Amino acid sequence: MNQAEKLPDPNTTPLAQFDLSDPRLYEQDAWRPYFARLRAEDPVHYQSDSPFGPFWSVTRFEDIMAVEANHEVFSSEPTIVIGDLTEDLPIEMFIAMDPPKHDLQRRAVQPVVAPQNLAQMESLIRSRVAEILDHLPVDETFNWVDRVSINLTTQMLATLFDFPFEERHKLTYWSDLAAGSPEMAGGNVDQEERMTGMMDCLETFTRIWHERKTREGGFDLISLLQRDPNTADLVERPMEYLGNLVLLIVGGNDTTRNSASGGVLALNQNPAEYAKLRANHSLIPGMVSEIIRWQTPLMHMRRTATRDVEFKGKQIRKGDKIVMWYLSGNRDENTIDNADEFIIDRSNPRHHSSFGFGVHRCMGNRLAEMQLRILWEEIMQRFSFVELVGEPERVQSNFVRGFATMPVKLHPL
Amino acid sequence: MPTITLIEHCGTSHTIEAETGKTLMQNALDNMVPGIDADCGGACACGTCHCFVEGDWEPASGTADAMEEAMLGMRPDRTEQSRLSCQIEVNDALDGMVVRLPEYQM
Repeated sequence: MNQAEKLPDPNTTPLAQFDLSDPRLYEQDAWRPYFARLRAEDPVHYQSDSPFGPFWSVTRFEDIMAVEANHEVFSSEPTIVIGDLTEDLPIEMFIAMDPPKHDLQRRAVQPVVAPQNLAQMESLIRSRVAEILDHLPVDETFNWVDRVSINLTTQMLATLFDFPFEERHKLTYWSDLAAGSPEMAGGNVDQEERMTGMMDCLETFTRIWHERKTREGGFDLISLLQRDPNTADLVERPMEYLGNLVLLIVGGNDTTRNSASGGVLALNQNPAEYAKLRANHSLIPGMVSEIIRWQTPLMHMRRTATRDVEFKGKQIRKGDKIVMWYLSGNRDENTIDNADEFIIDRSNPRHHSSFGFGVHRCMGNRLAEMQLRILWEEIMQRFSFVELVGEPERVQSNFVRGFATMPVKLHPL
Repeated sequence: MPTITLIEHCGTSHTIEAETGKTLMQNALDNMVPGIDADCGGACACGTCHCFVEGDWEPASGTADAMEEAMLGMRPDRTEQSRLSCQIEVNDALDGMVVRLPEYQM
Protein backbone atom coordinates (compact mmCIF):
# COMPACT_ATOMS: atom_id res chain seq x y z
CA MET A 1 0.00 0.00 0.00
CA ASN A 2 2.83 2.35 -0.78
CA GLN A 3 1.05 5.54 -1.84
CA ALA A 4 3.85 6.58 -4.17
CA GLU A 5 4.02 3.26 -5.98
CA LYS A 6 2.12 3.02 -9.23
CA LEU A 7 -0.83 0.66 -9.51
CA PRO A 8 -0.05 -2.41 -11.66
CA ASP A 9 -1.29 -2.45 -15.27
CA PRO A 10 -4.73 -4.12 -15.11
CA ASN A 11 -4.40 -5.65 -18.59
CA THR A 12 -0.89 -7.14 -18.52
CA THR A 13 -0.27 -7.92 -14.85
CA PRO A 14 -0.79 -11.59 -13.92
CA LEU A 15 -3.96 -12.01 -11.84
CA ALA A 16 -1.86 -13.46 -9.05
CA GLN A 17 -0.30 -10.03 -8.56
CA PHE A 18 -3.59 -8.14 -8.20
CA ASP A 19 -4.24 -6.75 -4.74
CA LEU A 20 -7.97 -6.11 -4.51
CA SER A 21 -7.58 -4.94 -0.92
CA ASP A 22 -5.41 -1.99 -1.98
CA PRO A 23 -7.50 1.09 -1.07
CA ARG A 24 -5.77 3.11 -3.82
CA LEU A 25 -7.77 1.14 -6.41
CA TYR A 26 -10.88 2.83 -5.06
CA GLU A 27 -9.44 6.15 -3.98
CA GLN A 28 -8.12 6.62 -7.54
CA ASP A 29 -11.30 5.12 -9.02
CA ALA A 30 -9.11 2.69 -10.98
CA TRP A 31 -10.87 -0.56 -10.05
CA ARG A 32 -13.03 -1.22 -13.14
CA PRO A 33 -10.57 -3.01 -15.47
CA TYR A 34 -9.22 -5.16 -12.63
CA PHE A 35 -12.64 -6.51 -11.79
CA ALA A 36 -13.65 -6.83 -15.45
CA ARG A 37 -10.70 -9.14 -15.92
CA LEU A 38 -11.50 -11.16 -12.83
CA ARG A 39 -15.14 -11.61 -13.86
CA ALA A 40 -14.01 -12.82 -17.28
CA GLU A 41 -10.97 -14.91 -16.39
CA ASP A 42 -11.25 -16.05 -12.78
CA PRO A 43 -14.56 -15.02 -11.21
CA VAL A 44 -13.86 -16.80 -7.91
CA HIS A 45 -10.29 -15.71 -7.38
CA TYR A 46 -7.81 -16.57 -4.64
CA GLN A 47 -5.36 -13.91 -3.56
CA SER A 48 -2.65 -15.65 -1.56
CA ASP A 49 -1.18 -12.54 -0.02
CA SER A 50 -2.36 -9.10 1.04
CA PRO A 51 -1.80 -6.73 3.97
CA PHE A 52 -4.94 -8.37 5.42
CA GLY A 53 -3.85 -11.94 4.72
CA PRO A 54 -5.11 -14.23 1.96
CA PHE A 55 -8.72 -14.05 0.75
CA TRP A 56 -11.06 -15.13 -2.02
CA SER A 57 -12.74 -12.57 -4.25
CA VAL A 58 -16.21 -13.38 -5.62
CA THR A 59 -16.90 -10.99 -8.47
CA ARG A 60 -19.99 -12.15 -10.39
CA PHE A 61 -23.52 -11.14 -9.42
CA GLU A 62 -24.98 -14.67 -9.35
CA ASP A 63 -22.05 -16.03 -7.34
CA ILE A 64 -22.38 -13.24 -4.79
CA MET A 65 -26.04 -14.18 -4.31
CA ALA A 66 -25.10 -17.84 -3.94
CA VAL A 67 -22.50 -17.13 -1.24
CA GLU A 68 -24.84 -14.85 0.61
CA ALA A 69 -27.71 -17.35 0.52
CA ASN A 70 -25.59 -20.01 2.21
CA HIS A 71 -25.02 -18.54 5.65
CA GLU A 72 -24.30 -21.91 7.21
CA VAL A 73 -21.16 -22.45 5.14
CA PHE A 74 -20.30 -18.78 4.61
CA SER A 75 -20.49 -17.26 8.06
CA SER A 76 -20.63 -13.56 8.92
CA GLU A 77 -18.62 -14.20 12.07
CA PRO A 78 -16.21 -12.91 13.27
CA THR A 79 -16.42 -9.88 11.00
CA ILE A 80 -17.60 -8.68 7.59
CA VAL A 81 -14.71 -6.59 6.27
CA ILE A 82 -11.46 -7.90 4.78
CA GLY A 83 -9.34 -7.06 7.78
CA ASP A 84 -9.92 -8.61 11.17
CA LEU A 85 -11.21 -6.81 14.23
CA THR A 86 -8.59 -4.94 16.20
CA GLU A 87 -7.88 -6.52 19.57
CA ASP A 88 -8.25 -3.29 21.52
CA LEU A 89 -11.91 -2.99 20.56
CA PRO A 90 -13.61 -6.40 20.30
CA ILE A 91 -17.02 -5.05 19.35
CA GLU A 92 -19.90 -7.32 18.35
CA MET A 93 -22.72 -6.37 16.00
CA PHE A 94 -25.56 -8.27 14.40
CA ILE A 95 -24.24 -7.77 10.88
CA ALA A 96 -21.34 -9.96 12.03
CA MET A 97 -23.49 -12.64 13.67
CA ASP A 98 -25.16 -15.68 12.19
CA PRO A 99 -28.72 -16.85 12.81
CA PRO A 100 -30.32 -17.33 15.28
CA LYS A 101 -28.67 -14.57 17.35
CA HIS A 102 -28.51 -12.25 14.34
CA ASP A 103 -32.22 -12.64 13.70
CA LEU A 104 -33.22 -11.78 17.26
CA GLN A 105 -31.17 -8.59 17.40
CA ARG A 106 -32.10 -7.43 13.92
CA ARG A 107 -35.79 -7.99 14.56
CA ALA A 108 -35.61 -5.66 17.55
CA VAL A 109 -34.60 -2.65 15.47
CA GLN A 110 -36.10 -3.46 12.07
CA PRO A 111 -39.52 -1.83 12.75
CA VAL A 112 -37.99 1.65 12.87
CA VAL A 113 -37.17 1.46 9.17
CA ALA A 114 -40.28 -0.40 8.03
CA PRO A 115 -42.06 1.55 5.29
CA GLN A 116 -45.25 2.25 7.28
CA ASN A 117 -43.11 4.20 9.76
CA LEU A 118 -41.15 5.81 6.98
CA ALA A 119 -44.36 7.23 5.59
CA GLN A 120 -44.78 9.13 8.85
CA MET A 121 -41.25 10.50 8.53
CA GLU A 122 -41.61 11.65 4.94
CA SER A 123 -42.87 15.16 5.62
CA LEU A 124 -40.21 15.71 8.29
CA ILE A 125 -37.46 14.60 5.92
CA ARG A 126 -38.87 16.75 3.15
CA SER A 127 -38.94 19.87 5.31
CA ARG A 128 -35.35 19.25 6.40
CA VAL A 129 -34.18 18.68 2.85
CA ALA A 130 -35.94 21.91 1.82
CA GLU A 131 -34.24 23.76 4.67
CA ILE A 132 -30.82 22.46 3.66
CA LEU A 133 -31.30 23.29 -0.02
CA ASP A 134 -32.77 26.73 0.64
CA HIS A 135 -29.67 27.75 2.59
CA LEU A 136 -27.15 26.79 -0.08
CA PRO A 137 -25.18 29.50 -1.83
CA VAL A 138 -26.09 30.09 -5.46
CA ASP A 139 -23.54 30.82 -8.23
CA GLU A 140 -20.66 30.16 -5.88
CA THR A 141 -18.54 27.03 -5.45
CA PHE A 142 -19.08 24.96 -2.29
CA ASN A 143 -18.52 21.39 -1.05
CA TRP A 144 -21.64 19.30 -1.72
CA VAL A 145 -20.42 16.52 0.59
CA ASP A 146 -20.40 18.75 3.67
CA ARG A 147 -23.29 21.04 2.98
CA VAL A 148 -25.78 18.50 1.64
CA SER A 149 -24.83 14.82 1.86
CA ILE A 150 -23.42 14.79 5.38
CA ASN A 151 -25.90 17.34 6.66
CA LEU A 152 -28.89 15.36 5.40
CA THR A 153 -27.83 11.92 6.63
CA THR A 154 -26.66 13.22 9.98
CA GLN A 155 -30.02 14.86 10.63
CA MET A 156 -31.74 11.60 9.72
CA LEU A 157 -29.53 9.59 12.05
CA ALA A 158 -30.19 11.98 14.93
CA THR A 159 -33.91 11.49 14.32
CA LEU A 160 -33.67 7.69 14.24
CA PHE A 161 -31.74 7.62 17.52
CA ASP A 162 -33.59 10.61 18.98
CA PHE A 163 -30.08 11.92 19.62
CA PRO A 164 -29.60 15.49 20.92
CA PHE A 165 -30.03 17.41 17.68
CA GLU A 166 -27.45 20.12 18.38
CA GLU A 167 -24.78 17.45 19.02
CA ARG A 168 -25.57 15.42 15.94
CA HIS A 169 -22.18 16.10 14.29
CA LYS A 170 -20.75 13.61 16.78
CA LEU A 171 -22.62 10.81 15.03
CA THR A 172 -20.86 11.56 11.75
CA TYR A 173 -17.53 11.82 13.52
CA TRP A 174 -17.98 8.44 15.21
CA SER A 175 -19.14 6.90 11.97
CA ASP A 176 -16.00 8.05 10.17
CA LEU A 177 -13.80 6.78 13.01
CA ALA A 178 -15.51 3.41 13.10
CA ALA A 179 -15.32 2.79 9.36
CA GLY A 180 -11.87 4.28 8.82
CA SER A 181 -9.66 1.76 10.59
CA PRO A 182 -6.43 0.99 8.69
CA GLU A 183 -6.33 -2.62 9.94
CA MET A 184 -9.91 -3.42 9.04
CA ALA A 185 -10.59 -1.54 5.83
CA GLY A 186 -7.40 0.17 4.72
CA GLY A 187 -8.49 3.55 6.04
CA ASN A 188 -6.32 6.30 7.52
CA VAL A 189 -7.86 6.98 10.92
CA ASP A 190 -5.45 7.19 13.83
CA GLN A 191 -5.95 4.19 16.09
CA GLU A 192 -5.74 6.15 19.33
CA GLU A 193 -8.20 8.77 18.13
CA ARG A 194 -10.50 5.96 17.04
CA MET A 195 -10.32 4.28 20.44
CA THR A 196 -11.02 7.55 22.29
CA GLY A 197 -13.92 8.37 19.98
CA MET A 198 -15.48 4.93 20.28
CA MET A 199 -15.33 5.09 24.07
CA ASP A 200 -16.96 8.54 23.97
CA CYS A 201 -19.67 7.07 21.72
CA LEU A 202 -20.28 4.24 24.18
CA GLU A 203 -20.38 6.57 27.19
CA THR A 204 -22.74 9.00 25.49
CA PHE A 205 -25.14 6.28 24.41
CA THR A 206 -24.96 4.55 27.80
CA ARG A 207 -26.09 7.82 29.37
CA ILE A 208 -28.87 8.12 26.80
CA TRP A 209 -29.93 4.53 27.49
CA HIS A 210 -30.34 5.20 31.22
CA GLU A 211 -32.12 8.52 30.70
CA ARG A 212 -34.49 6.97 28.21
CA LYS A 213 -35.26 4.01 30.43
CA THR A 214 -37.64 6.18 32.44
CA ARG A 215 -39.48 7.38 29.37
CA GLU A 216 -42.26 5.39 27.77
CA GLY A 217 -43.36 4.66 24.25
CA GLY A 218 -40.50 6.11 22.22
CA PHE A 219 -40.09 4.85 18.70
CA ASP A 220 -36.40 5.54 18.27
CA LEU A 221 -33.77 2.81 17.93
CA ILE A 222 -32.71 2.95 21.58
CA SER A 223 -36.28 2.65 22.87
CA LEU A 224 -36.88 -0.28 20.53
CA LEU A 225 -33.80 -2.09 21.82
CA GLN A 226 -34.96 -1.48 25.40
CA ARG A 227 -38.45 -2.83 24.75
CA ASP A 228 -37.41 -6.03 22.99
CA PRO A 229 -36.74 -8.86 25.47
CA ASN A 230 -33.78 -10.04 23.37
CA THR A 231 -31.95 -6.74 23.65
CA ALA A 232 -33.43 -5.21 26.83
CA ASP A 233 -30.15 -5.77 28.69
CA LEU A 234 -27.85 -4.84 25.81
CA VAL A 235 -26.35 -1.96 27.77
CA GLU A 236 -24.86 -4.49 30.18
CA ARG A 237 -22.84 -5.97 27.30
CA PRO A 238 -20.88 -2.84 26.34
CA MET A 239 -18.96 -4.26 23.37
CA GLU A 240 -22.19 -5.61 21.89
CA TYR A 241 -24.05 -2.36 22.56
CA LEU A 242 -21.25 -0.34 21.00
CA GLY A 243 -21.01 -2.74 18.08
CA ASN A 244 -24.67 -2.44 17.23
CA LEU A 245 -24.54 1.35 17.63
CA VAL A 246 -21.61 1.48 15.22
CA LEU A 247 -23.51 -0.75 12.82
CA LEU A 248 -26.59 1.47 12.85
CA ILE A 249 -24.55 4.68 12.66
CA VAL A 250 -22.31 3.55 9.79
CA GLY A 251 -25.19 1.78 8.08
CA GLY A 252 -27.31 4.90 8.14
CA ASN A 253 -24.55 7.33 7.32
CA ASP A 254 -21.82 6.36 4.88
CA THR A 255 -24.23 4.66 2.54
CA THR A 256 -26.86 7.31 1.90
CA ARG A 257 -24.30 10.08 2.25
CA ASN A 258 -22.13 8.78 -0.55
CA SER A 259 -25.08 7.96 -2.78
CA ALA A 260 -26.27 11.54 -2.30
CA SER A 261 -22.90 12.71 -3.62
CA GLY A 262 -22.51 9.93 -6.18
CA GLY A 263 -25.74 10.92 -7.91
CA VAL A 264 -24.41 14.41 -8.59
CA LEU A 265 -21.25 12.98 -10.10
CA ALA A 266 -23.12 10.40 -12.21
CA LEU A 267 -25.50 13.01 -13.65
CA ASN A 268 -22.64 15.36 -14.46
CA GLN A 269 -20.75 12.57 -16.20
CA ASN A 270 -23.88 11.62 -18.15
CA PRO A 271 -25.49 14.86 -19.39
CA ALA A 272 -28.01 13.01 -21.56
CA GLU A 273 -29.36 11.30 -18.43
CA TYR A 274 -29.54 14.64 -16.64
CA ALA A 275 -31.57 15.96 -19.57
CA LYS A 276 -33.95 12.99 -19.29
CA LEU A 277 -34.42 13.76 -15.61
CA ARG A 278 -35.13 17.47 -16.28
CA ALA A 279 -37.77 16.47 -18.81
CA ASN A 280 -39.43 13.90 -16.57
CA HIS A 281 -39.27 14.04 -12.79
CA SER A 282 -41.24 10.81 -12.47
CA LEU A 283 -38.00 9.01 -13.33
CA ILE A 284 -36.63 9.87 -9.87
CA PRO A 285 -37.56 6.63 -8.03
CA GLY A 286 -35.90 4.47 -10.68
CA MET A 287 -32.97 6.85 -10.87
CA VAL A 288 -32.43 6.49 -7.12
CA SER A 289 -31.99 2.72 -7.50
CA GLU A 290 -29.64 3.30 -10.42
CA ILE A 291 -27.59 5.76 -8.34
CA ILE A 292 -27.33 3.21 -5.54
CA ARG A 293 -26.15 0.58 -8.04
CA TRP A 294 -23.78 3.00 -9.74
CA GLN A 295 -22.25 4.21 -6.49
CA THR A 296 -22.20 0.91 -4.54
CA PRO A 297 -21.41 2.83 -1.33
CA LEU A 298 -20.28 -0.32 0.49
CA MET A 299 -17.99 -2.13 -1.91
CA HIS A 300 -17.91 -5.52 -0.30
CA MET A 301 -18.94 -7.78 2.53
CA ARG A 302 -16.82 -10.63 3.74
CA ARG A 303 -17.74 -14.14 4.85
CA THR A 304 -15.65 -16.85 6.50
CA ALA A 305 -15.94 -20.53 5.53
CA THR A 306 -17.15 -22.74 8.37
CA ARG A 307 -15.96 -25.90 6.58
CA ASP A 308 -14.13 -27.07 3.46
CA VAL A 309 -16.38 -26.54 0.48
CA GLU A 310 -16.16 -26.61 -3.30
CA PHE A 311 -17.56 -23.44 -4.86
CA LYS A 312 -17.64 -22.84 -8.63
CA GLY A 313 -14.88 -25.39 -9.09
CA LYS A 314 -12.64 -23.87 -6.42
CA GLN A 315 -11.66 -25.63 -3.22
CA ILE A 316 -12.35 -23.28 -0.34
CA ARG A 317 -10.90 -24.31 3.03
CA LYS A 318 -12.42 -23.93 6.45
CA GLY A 319 -11.43 -20.54 7.85
CA ASP A 320 -10.81 -18.94 4.44
CA LYS A 321 -12.06 -15.38 3.94
CA ILE A 322 -14.50 -14.89 1.06
CA VAL A 323 -14.99 -11.32 -0.09
CA MET A 324 -18.13 -10.60 -2.11
CA TRP A 325 -17.43 -7.58 -4.27
CA TYR A 326 -20.81 -5.85 -4.67
CA LEU A 327 -18.96 -3.23 -6.69
CA SER A 328 -18.12 -5.86 -9.28
CA GLY A 329 -21.50 -7.63 -9.15
CA ASN A 330 -23.07 -4.32 -10.08
CA ARG A 331 -20.97 -4.23 -13.28
CA ASP A 332 -21.62 -7.85 -14.24
CA GLU A 333 -22.86 -7.91 -17.85
CA ASN A 334 -24.25 -11.42 -17.37
CA THR A 335 -26.89 -9.99 -15.04
CA ILE A 336 -27.16 -6.27 -15.83
CA ASP A 337 -27.41 -4.97 -19.41
CA ASN A 338 -24.92 -2.22 -20.25
CA ALA A 339 -23.69 -2.50 -16.69
CA ASP A 340 -20.98 0.12 -17.11
CA GLU A 341 -23.51 2.72 -18.20
CA PHE A 342 -25.54 5.00 -15.95
CA ILE A 343 -29.13 4.77 -17.22
CA ILE A 344 -31.81 6.42 -15.09
CA ASP A 345 -34.77 4.68 -16.74
CA ARG A 346 -33.74 1.04 -16.59
CA SER A 347 -36.59 -1.45 -16.74
CA ASN A 348 -35.48 -3.32 -13.63
CA PRO A 349 -33.40 -0.83 -11.62
CA ARG A 350 -33.79 -2.57 -8.27
CA HIS A 351 -31.94 -5.63 -9.49
CA HIS A 352 -28.54 -4.61 -8.10
CA SER A 353 -26.17 -5.92 -5.47
CA SER A 354 -25.62 -2.79 -3.36
CA PHE A 355 -27.97 -3.94 -0.57
CA GLY A 356 -26.57 -7.46 -0.46
CA PHE A 357 -28.81 -10.53 -0.27
CA GLY A 358 -30.04 -13.10 2.19
CA VAL A 359 -30.66 -12.57 5.89
CA HIS A 360 -28.13 -9.73 6.10
CA ARG A 361 -29.68 -7.73 3.26
CA CYS A 362 -29.61 -4.02 4.03
CA MET A 363 -32.20 -3.28 6.68
CA GLY A 364 -32.55 0.42 5.89
CA ASN A 365 -32.85 0.09 2.12
CA ARG A 366 -36.28 1.68 1.88
CA LEU A 367 -35.23 4.56 4.13
CA ALA A 368 -32.17 5.16 1.96
CA GLU A 369 -34.30 5.14 -1.17
CA MET A 370 -36.80 7.51 0.38
CA GLN A 371 -34.17 10.03 1.48
CA LEU A 372 -32.56 10.07 -1.94
CA ARG A 373 -35.90 10.31 -3.71
CA ILE A 374 -36.95 13.32 -1.61
CA LEU A 375 -33.53 14.91 -2.08
CA TRP A 376 -33.80 14.74 -5.87
CA GLU A 377 -37.46 15.76 -5.92
CA GLU A 378 -36.58 18.89 -3.96
CA ILE A 379 -33.41 19.59 -5.97
CA MET A 380 -35.43 19.49 -9.19
CA GLN A 381 -37.90 21.99 -7.73
CA ARG A 382 -35.11 24.50 -7.22
CA PHE A 383 -32.14 24.00 -9.48
CA SER A 384 -31.73 23.37 -13.19
CA PHE A 385 -28.19 22.14 -12.70
CA VAL A 386 -26.02 21.00 -9.80
CA GLU A 387 -22.81 21.57 -11.69
CA LEU A 388 -19.64 19.73 -10.77
CA VAL A 389 -16.88 22.33 -11.06
CA GLY A 390 -13.81 20.35 -10.02
CA GLU A 391 -12.49 16.86 -9.34
CA PRO A 392 -14.16 15.18 -6.38
CA GLU A 393 -11.82 13.75 -3.76
CA ARG A 394 -12.49 10.15 -2.73
CA VAL A 395 -11.91 8.53 0.65
CA GLN A 396 -9.19 5.97 1.26
CA SER A 397 -10.86 2.64 1.97
CA ASN A 398 -11.45 -0.78 0.47
CA PHE A 399 -14.88 -0.90 2.11
CA VAL A 400 -16.61 2.48 1.90
CA ARG A 401 -16.78 3.96 -1.59
CA GLY A 402 -17.11 7.56 -0.63
CA PHE A 403 -16.26 11.17 -1.28
CA ALA A 404 -14.40 13.56 0.97
CA THR A 405 -15.13 16.62 -1.16
CA MET A 406 -17.19 17.46 -4.24
CA PRO A 407 -17.03 21.06 -5.49
CA VAL A 408 -20.28 22.16 -7.11
CA LYS A 409 -22.06 25.30 -8.25
CA LEU A 410 -25.84 25.61 -8.28
CA HIS A 411 -27.87 27.02 -11.14
CA PRO A 412 -31.36 28.03 -10.01
CA LEU A 413 -34.38 27.28 -12.16
CA MET B 1 -54.34 -21.85 -17.07
CA PRO B 2 -55.17 -21.56 -13.37
CA THR B 3 -56.90 -18.39 -12.23
CA ILE B 4 -55.27 -16.66 -9.27
CA THR B 5 -56.48 -13.55 -7.45
CA LEU B 6 -54.00 -11.15 -5.87
CA ILE B 7 -55.40 -8.50 -3.53
CA GLU B 8 -53.36 -5.38 -2.86
CA HIS B 9 -53.18 -4.03 0.67
CA CYS B 10 -55.48 -1.18 -0.30
CA GLY B 11 -58.09 -3.75 -1.38
CA THR B 12 -57.71 -3.58 -5.15
CA SER B 13 -58.09 -7.05 -6.55
CA HIS B 14 -56.31 -8.47 -9.61
CA THR B 15 -57.44 -11.78 -11.08
CA ILE B 16 -54.89 -13.21 -13.46
CA GLU B 17 -54.67 -16.19 -15.80
CA ALA B 18 -51.43 -17.60 -14.46
CA GLU B 19 -48.92 -19.54 -16.50
CA THR B 20 -48.05 -22.92 -15.01
CA GLY B 21 -44.38 -23.74 -14.48
CA LYS B 22 -43.61 -20.10 -13.70
CA THR B 23 -43.48 -18.68 -10.21
CA LEU B 24 -46.32 -16.69 -8.71
CA MET B 25 -43.93 -13.74 -8.47
CA GLN B 26 -43.17 -13.85 -12.19
CA ASN B 27 -46.84 -14.23 -13.04
CA ALA B 28 -47.67 -11.19 -10.92
CA LEU B 29 -44.95 -9.11 -12.60
CA ASP B 30 -45.97 -10.31 -16.08
CA ASN B 31 -49.52 -9.13 -15.33
CA MET B 32 -48.35 -5.79 -13.92
CA VAL B 33 -49.79 -6.46 -10.47
CA PRO B 34 -48.40 -3.73 -8.17
CA GLY B 35 -47.13 -4.54 -4.69
CA ILE B 36 -44.42 -7.05 -5.54
CA ASP B 37 -40.91 -5.65 -5.93
CA ALA B 38 -38.86 -8.84 -6.43
CA ASP B 39 -35.55 -6.97 -6.15
CA CYS B 40 -33.37 -10.07 -6.40
CA GLY B 41 -35.18 -11.48 -9.41
CA GLY B 42 -36.50 -14.63 -7.80
CA ALA B 43 -33.57 -16.11 -5.92
CA CYS B 44 -35.17 -16.20 -2.47
CA ALA B 45 -32.53 -13.66 -1.49
CA CYS B 46 -34.27 -10.34 -0.82
CA GLY B 47 -37.73 -10.94 0.67
CA THR B 48 -39.45 -8.28 -1.46
CA CYS B 49 -42.03 -10.56 -3.10
CA HIS B 50 -43.69 -11.31 0.23
CA CYS B 51 -47.36 -12.34 0.12
CA PHE B 52 -50.00 -13.99 2.30
CA VAL B 53 -51.58 -17.18 0.97
CA GLU B 54 -55.27 -17.19 1.91
CA GLY B 55 -57.34 -20.09 3.16
CA ASP B 56 -56.37 -23.70 2.71
CA TRP B 57 -53.97 -23.36 -0.21
CA GLU B 58 -50.89 -24.53 1.65
CA PRO B 59 -50.96 -28.17 0.48
CA ALA B 60 -51.12 -27.12 -3.16
CA SER B 61 -48.69 -24.20 -2.92
CA GLY B 62 -46.11 -26.00 -0.82
CA THR B 63 -44.30 -24.92 2.34
CA ALA B 64 -41.36 -22.63 2.88
CA ASP B 65 -37.94 -24.29 3.01
CA ALA B 66 -35.19 -23.25 5.44
CA MET B 67 -33.87 -20.43 3.26
CA GLU B 68 -37.32 -18.99 2.68
CA GLU B 69 -38.06 -19.29 6.41
CA ALA B 70 -34.90 -17.33 7.14
CA MET B 71 -35.92 -14.56 4.75
CA LEU B 72 -39.50 -14.46 6.05
CA GLY B 73 -38.15 -14.26 9.58
CA MET B 74 -36.79 -10.78 8.78
CA ARG B 75 -40.23 -9.43 7.95
CA PRO B 76 -41.85 -7.38 10.73
CA ASP B 77 -45.29 -8.19 9.24
CA ARG B 78 -44.76 -11.93 8.93
CA THR B 79 -47.77 -14.21 9.65
CA GLU B 80 -48.59 -17.93 9.40
CA GLN B 81 -49.73 -17.28 5.84
CA SER B 82 -46.49 -15.60 4.77
CA ARG B 83 -44.70 -16.89 1.68
CA LEU B 84 -42.26 -15.52 -0.84
CA SER B 85 -44.09 -15.59 -4.13
CA CYS B 86 -40.87 -16.40 -6.01
CA GLN B 87 -40.87 -19.75 -4.22
CA ILE B 88 -44.38 -20.76 -5.28
CA GLU B 89 -44.45 -22.48 -8.63
CA VAL B 90 -47.84 -22.17 -10.27
CA ASN B 91 -49.57 -25.45 -11.11
CA ASP B 92 -53.13 -26.39 -12.05
CA ALA B 93 -54.00 -27.28 -8.46
CA LEU B 94 -53.69 -23.56 -7.60
CA ASP B 95 -56.73 -22.67 -9.73
CA GLY B 96 -58.84 -20.31 -7.60
CA MET B 97 -56.11 -19.42 -5.11
CA VAL B 98 -56.34 -16.06 -3.35
CA VAL B 99 -53.21 -14.23 -2.25
CA ARG B 100 -53.01 -10.99 -0.30
CA LEU B 101 -50.16 -8.54 -0.71
CA PRO B 102 -48.53 -6.75 2.23
CA GLU B 103 -48.64 -3.04 2.98
CA TYR B 104 -45.00 -2.71 1.96
CA GLN B 105 -42.03 -4.71 0.75
CA MET B 106 -38.61 -4.31 2.36
